[in-house]
Amino acid sequence: MNDCLALKVTDLDNVATIFANGVKDGAQVDVHDKKGNSEIIKVIGDVPYGHKIAVKPIRKGELIIKYGEEIGAATRDIEKGEYVHVHNLEALRGRGDL
Amino acid sequence: MSYTFQGYRRANGKFGSRNLVAVIPSVICANDVGQAICRQVQGTIGYFHHQGCCQLPIDLKRVTDTLSNLGQSPNVGAALVVSLGCEGTDANRLVDEISAAGKPVEIIRIQELGGTARAIQAGIDAAQRLVQQISGLQRETVDVSEVVMAIKCGASDTTSGMASNCVIGYVADKLVDLGATVVFGETTEFLGGEHILARRAVGGENGPVGQKIYEIVKRMEDRAKAIGEDMRGGQPTPGNIAGGLSSIEEKSLGAIVKSGTRPIQGVLEYTDRIDGQKGLWIKDAPGREPEILTGMAATGAQFMMFSTGRGAPQGFPSMPVIKICGNPNTYERMQHDMDLNAGRIITGEATIEQVGEEAFQEMLKVLSGKMTKNEALGYFGSMDIFCLGPVI
Repeated sequence: MNDCLALKVTDLDNVATIFANGVKDGAQVDVHDKKGNSEIIKVIGDVPYGHKIAVKPIRKGELIIKYGEEIGAATRDIEKGEYVHVHNLEALRGRGDL
Repeated sequence: MSYTFQGYRRANGKFGSRNLVAVIPSVICANDVGQAICRQVQGTIGYFHHQGCCQLPIDLKRVTDTLSNLGQSPNVGAALVVSLGCEGTDANRLVDEISAAGKPVEIIRIQELGGTARAIQAGIDAAQRLVQQISGLQRETVDVSEVVMAIKCGASDTTSGMASNCVIGYVADKLVDLGATVVFGETTEFLGGEHILARRAVGGENGPVGQKIYEIVKRMEDRAKAIGEDMRGGQPTPGNIAGGLSSIEEKSLGAIVKSGTRPIQGVLEYTDRIDGQKGLWIKDAPGREPEILTGMAATGAQFMMFSTGRGAPQGFPSMPVIKICGNPNTYERMQHDMDLNAGRIITGEATIEQVGEEAFQEMLKVLSGKMTKNEALGYFGSMDIFCLGPVI
């Protein structure tokens, strides 16, 4: 399936958000940006509607960027196309231990 | 281009989108009497909160201030204060201040009147008089610069920051450019995006407004830390996480989009009112619906524009809430609760500007009397007052 749509907000972002229902492991998604560029990326993991994938490899500890701003850090190495959520991203704000 | 709406002129120079008699219990213990009055008398709404006694003095003042501001808000034409008689709030001050704003006010005291049934009887008589007194008021043409819009997002998902909040941001910018007033809040949801807001402050990031923005965020973050708790697990909410939001930072960066792009004029405390100030303002309030809806109505907003992704159905007794839904799947499922479908931005069927213009036109209709979906459904009981200290 080549019609799955994902949106990357800024050039700095290393994640994109998938707006399609039922995207399964191995699916090809078409990642668009606001300038009209697009890239086909193969998804690793099942990704629910509105959830994110990495658009480039992200190392453990590296910042995860969306809207051109940091939204957390990777808790392990993340491959390009891999599902990114609370299992491999941790917030850096609003916590008592930092 | 000039825009107008049909509003109710108030004695204090403000304009309302509704003309209601507010039944105001001065304390939670008076709620049942107030509810009985509202059930019986057409044209009334009740401010049924859970505060008003056995609180620290700072909170008792805060509750009195908030109830007074609600009574003075432009959508209220007259008020009936329902006092028990032994509460910690100042029921007489409520009467004096709402009356000074030029509104007819009456008060009943449950203990003095001889109990529940007698108080209900007296309250029904009083509320009936007030409704008859104000209900003949006619709407008149009002310039859009008199609009005070409150904005909020709730039950967010990742569509909120990419569609519905963008629509509200469009309307916010347009209103500010037309000389109107816009108020946003949800300080918890500035965490991770406060630097962006501080840079938009009048006087810049290092000026007093910019520094105040950093201060209120730190205050909110420290409040969670002070009781030895991690905010994660509470924010983002389980629903936010199920909707794809992975961290408070991601939620915040999407949330602040709804404030648009114009300069931030200042920070209002929870009990501060808008009294003629124009432009974009922050209200320091948490994001939970009952407390921020109450805070925004008490600020003097005539309506709220509310963005959602997962589907938040609630409203407020005296303030119409226009729901802008960013998630096309949710809109499909919950269109009887959602006023506008911004999910068409996600699917590529419409632009932010197109849905933004629709939202602006819908706003003018709602200000002129059109009921929002939550109003028509009678889903408008989300009210409570944001207090600081414990119940004692």
